[in-house]
Amino acid sequence: MDLALILSILAVAIQAGTSLVYASVGEIFTERSGILNLGVEGIMIMGAVTSFATAYHTGSLAAALAVAVLVGGALALIHAFLTISLRADQVVSGLALTIFGTGLSAFLGQRLGPAGKPLVGLVGPRFRPVAIPGLSDLPVVGNALFNQDLLVYAMFILVPVASYYIYRTRPGLHLRAVGENPGTADALGIGVYRSRYLYTIFGGMLMALGGAHLSLAYTPGWTEGITGGRGWIAIALVIFALWNPYRALLGALLFGGVNAIQFRLQAAGATIPAPFLNMLPYLFTILVLTLVTIYEKTSKHVGAPAALGLPYVRGERTG
Amino acid sequence: MPLTLERRMEPSRTANILVPILSVLLALVAGGVLLWLVGVNPIETYKAMLHGAFGSAYAISETLVRATPLMLTGLAVSVAFRMLFWNIGAEGQLAMGAFAASGVALFLPKLVPGISAWWLLPAMLVGGFVGGALWALIPAMLKAFLSVNEIITTLMLNYVAILWIQYLYYGPWKDPLGFGFPGTAPFVDAAWLPRLKDTAWLPQLFNTGRLHWGLALAIVAAFVVWLILGRTRWGYEIKIIGENPRAARYAGISIVRNILLVMILSGGLAGLAGFVQVAGISHRLQQGIAVGDGYTAIIIAWLARLNPFGVLLVALLMAALFVGGDQIQISMGLPAAMAGVLQGAILFFVLGGNFFTQYRIRWTSRQAAVIGHQ
Repeated sequence: MDLALILSILAVAIQAGTSLVYASVGEIFTERSGILNLGVEGIMIMGAVTSFATAYHTGSLAAALAVAVLVGGALALIHAFLTISLRADQVVSGLALTIFGTGLSAFLGQRLGPAGKPLVGLVGPRFRPVAIPGLSDLPVVGNALFNQDLLVYAMFILVPVASYYIYRTRPGLHLRAVGENPGTADALGIGVYRSRYLYTIFGGMLMALGGAHLSLAYTPGWTEGITGGRGWIAIALVIFALWNPYRALLGALLFGGVNAIQFRLQAAGATIPAPFLNMLPYLFTILVLTLVTIYEKTSKHVGAPAALGLPYVRGERTG
Repeated sequence: MPLTLERRMEPSRTANILVPILSVLLALVAGGVLLWLVGVNPIETYKAMLHGAFGSAYAISETLVRATPLMLTGLAVSVAFRMLFWNIGAEGQLAMGAFAASGVALFLPKLVPGISAWWLLPAMLVGGFVGGALWALIPAMLKAFLSVNEIITTLMLNYVAILWIQYLYYGPWKDPLGFGFPGTAPFVDAAWLPRLKDTAWLPQLFNTGRLHWGLALAIVAAFVVWLILGRTRWGYEIKIIGENPRAARYAGISIVRNILLVMILSGGLAGLAGFVQVAGISHRLQQGIAVGDGYTAIIIAWLARLNPFGVLLVALLMAALFVGGDQIQISMGLPAAMAGVLQGAILFFVLGGNFFTQYRIRWTSRQAAVIGHQ
């Protein structure tokens, strides 16, 4: 393979991986606080449909992102209320969110077009690549990294900021404490319920932004099931990343790379039938998850927050 | 604080029955608000849905037809959930069951010309069960031997299974006489599950519609699951693992063996759903076999509190929502996806309502609360 090909694959990998980065960083914040949110797929797809509809009707991409953030936050709030306040099973509540979001997005997709018509097939405003003067002319990687859309650049900022926040700041320390040992955190005066609510909602907002990147940049427009399991891949990425944003970025690029290679092969008229190429990301997820699980077992390195998935009730022992 | 929470010693029986019923009603109210927001009369819509699902003998037959695979996938999921194995893969197991049953239906008559339905249908049934069970064994083995998260693996395998059957009916199994239609050639008559209206000894009650003997299979399956879970040592082991895996290990119950066996049963039941769809309805492998029943099964299992007979009942309710949803799409031009919205909302309310089966809310006077703290 020559360099030009590798670089064009990298450019596509970044495009394909961006939604995954937003979603998995959102899930990292949520899980770090001890809440498992399996509603990523549902929140992403709602972010995709509502942001596209807003962009189409208002012409404003900023408004589209604002709506996605609000919708993502609101959906995550449902999960937070059910699991934190009403102590519902986190697995089932997350699944409910995914089923609900998928159904509602299909419903809205058929109603939110002009005059109550479907959104499918409409063309709206989209995020286009913006070359950063100077940087995009850098030798070798310049074009792949710095001729991208604004959400990609925001992602380049999001990942280091998220990592710094989680590992290097006091609120980040509190966040980790709440997820590892809520009883002790509570005794130290950290509001366990409050932080779990906050990070679950914040995480939902990021997931919805991931969905918005799909319908406003990567595959512009609305089609039913536009997320195609990316929410679930994002959850697998969090495990792969051992709850670390940088590793999530790396994993997302890897998956984006698989996507890019898949398109390359298809375009090159490969003899492998298309359905088998389309299976690649899913099989790859299973493979990576298996390898990471074996690695964690043999190295005794446990990445998951200790209190993940367990409801916290002040004064009661958990786990 | 005048409001205090108390954990109940025993889950409330009244709440156990009231919560699912109230959840359905509240979900209908929430769905009504959504309909009203998009400018549609909710009462008219619900009336049309109800009529579409139960308004005539044909409608009832369609609802039962729609309920049949939901019953089987609902049972599949509830068996696995009982031991807290999160099988989110009933969708893919259904697809693989449909694939295996179709394989038998397409190729066995070529090997054994003139095979009768008495041999072919049971062979397809076994094929469907085995197809789903083997597919479920992949995540089961990954979980049992390597503790790989089953939620992700079962889900990823759904996409793989659906792509696999797509490959078959768009590719090597495509009907050469099908004018490009994405599907295999139709099965021979012996591979068709008989319809109830063609069964002479049944009362005239079922003289219309597509209702087939798959429904009886689903009801038998519910009995079998009930027997296994409630009346055998194996069922007891599953229950212990679900309630307290540590205690199960101390009692010498093999968790590895149970994960494998339960997933064979769970995947097999989902595979049977695939079998009834191809043998009872489409009579070929084609687009539209895997339409999300494996996901709806999760709602069904949870709403039925993992009770096999409850699953039959809730599957009927979900089927009515689907058939009613199709009806409003045809008659009112409203998205059939309304059914999915209502189902998701029902699950939310059930989850929230469970709180009240486990906790009692007490209104205490400020004074009593103060005394209580001392």
